[in-house]
Amino acid sequence: MASVRLEGVAKTYPNGHVAAQGLDLEIADGEFMVLVGPSGCGKSTALRMIAGLETPTAGRIRIGDQDVTALPPQERDIAMVFQTYALYPHMTVKENLAFGLRMRGAAPDAIAQRVEEAARALGLEQVLSRRPAQLSGGQRQRVALGRAIVREPKVFLFDEPLSNLDAKLRVETRAELARLHRRLGATVVYVTHDQEEAMTLGWRVAVMRDGLLQQVSPPMELYRKPVNQFVAGFVGSPEMNFLPGGLLGDVAPGRGGGVTLGVRPHDVRIVSAGSGDLDALVDVVEPRGSELLVYLKLAVLPHGAPLRVVAPPEPAIEEEQMVGIVFDRARLHWFRTEDGQRVASPSVRPISAPGK
Amino acid sequence: MSARRWWPFLALALLVGASAFPFYWAIVASLTPEARLFQDPSLFPTHIVTDHYRALFTERNFWLPVRNSLIVAGTTTAFCVSIGALCAYALARLEFRGKAALLGFVLAVGMFPQISVVSPLYLLLRELGLINTFPGLVLPYLTFAMPLTVWLLVGFFRQLPAELEEAAMVDGAGRLRAFWEVIVPLAVPGIATTAILTFVYSWNEFLFALSFTLGPERQTVPVAVALFRGQYQVPWGQILAAAVVATAPVTLLVLAFQRRIVQGLTAGAVKG
Repeated sequence: MASVRLEGVAKTYPNGHVAAQGLDLEIADGEFMVLVGPSGCGKSTALRMIAGLETPTAGRIRIGDQDVTALPPQERDIAMVFQTYALYPHMTVKENLAFGLRMRGAAPDAIAQRVEEAARALGLEQVLSRRPAQLSGGQRQRVALGRAIVREPKVFLFDEPLSNLDAKLRVETRAELARLHRRLGATVVYVTHDQEEAMTLGWRVAVMRDGLLQQVSPPMELYRKPVNQFVAGFVGSPEMNFLPGGLLGDVAPGRGGGVTLGVRPHDVRIVSAGSGDLDALVDVVEPRGSELLVYLKLAVLPHGAPLRVVAPPEPAIEEEQMVGIVFDRARLHWFRTEDGQRVASPSVRPISAPGK
Repeated sequence: MSARRWWPFLALALLVGASAFPFYWAIVASLTPEARLFQDPSLFPTHIVTDHYRALFTERNFWLPVRNSLIVAGTTTAFCVSIGALCAYALARLEFRGKAALLGFVLAVGMFPQISVVSPLYLLLRELGLINTFPGLVLPYLTFAMPLTVWLLVGFFRQLPAELEEAAMVDGAGRLRAFWEVIVPLAVPGIATTAILTFVYSWNEFLFALSFTLGPERQTVPVAVALFRGQYQVPWGQILAAAVVATAPVTLLVLAFQRRIVQGLTAGAVKG
């Protein structure tokens, strides 16, 4: 087990593409850190640099108290689970599991014992003599996982390990990963583009965009206090609504000039027309079982993007109906329109000048 | 339905017939007595004799050129595949300056007409004292076969997912170890195909073999056959028997490796 530290790490490809820049990140010993962001944000590059599969063009990487920046992957004592699993197709499951130990010169009986333990822990005993091509997707995923855990490395790296599983299996495996992490107490760096996966698994989540770290926080803080409009829109489902700040001029910082209002669909209440903050027309209602997802068109912004609101299933809401909406004043987010940075909410703290 | 189906078969039959007939004719003729060859040629041998084959190996000591060919073609193939695989891997996977230029150069070397380099190569080999030796044939063959090998193998290696080697390296293997443990076993079909092509090329090569050997002790099969002489006539029966003997190993090799290729392709599936 060990901590991982990135210090000013950057990667510029020879073609000039900047995949990552100025990454400063400290991952504590035993922590489950998730790197999340849209595709092309640099999260995979960051992971591959920790693995040693890419060399940073600037900065240092430390694992434990060792500077590994210049070390090749085989000398870093890490294990990685790839998105495609990258199982060795010409080897049996047993040989796949044993490969890492064999490469590191472990004794044959020690290898056999560790492989057996890992196979038992992951329910792979029955398929040890099969080849990857004869396994189901879920089994392959387990073999990839097993190949990582038999080695008992300092750090586990996961590159979108669940994205090739179907939805049901993904949720099950997600829980299993969390259990596995609790049991092993290992340091994990986990890359995903799925914010839900990031929120459920991470002790802390690092949101990236265009090669830059946006925010590194525990999941709930990310949800409650996103540092900018990008993080606010990326985290949480359904997505946060963004409206012109002037709509709620009485509570907005600087009376709504130059700010954008962000409000989560769960923080808007539907009331009868005329009795709320604003009036809106019900456009589409999507029943989601425990709740309704309602798309509204604001009367004052008839051509703006629809406002997403999560409402209880009762009372029923009719499409094409006029309703009123009430914003939960304690849970509004304000962002500077010009650069998307968070502005302190005046309802919680005294008004800070916008554009400071 | 039938109208559509029989066309491809007809085309196939024509193709197979056209390619196989000369070989078939050679076999038939090699089993026909010399006297009948020109008087009474028949599609189906009526009077089978093995005289030509016996004469080939007793009178003409045909084992010698066969042995020479096996040594030259085998050595060339071994060097080509082992060195070529490493070159190809570097070209397929590693990033280094001038890679595209190098690949282009490799291809250009392979494009040289052989006849244009026979004289300079002869002088070079004579200086090195390699005329009429096995290395004197293997080295020139390498210069021509290696570009082909490298180009073919680069293609095969590029098809393999890079993540497999990355996984191997993360698992603790160095680059060479990852290459040997993961890439080579998966590239066996490609390597086998390349080896066959190289072997066939060296086995059939005529111009260099004729130019750089001086006597029967180093002559390869194509040269030996071309230099067959009878006292009063061309010994067609023996020439054709020799042709059959020369073609057989190559044909057997391809048939043997073909199974391996199919096997390798199905067992090597990465994703299902």
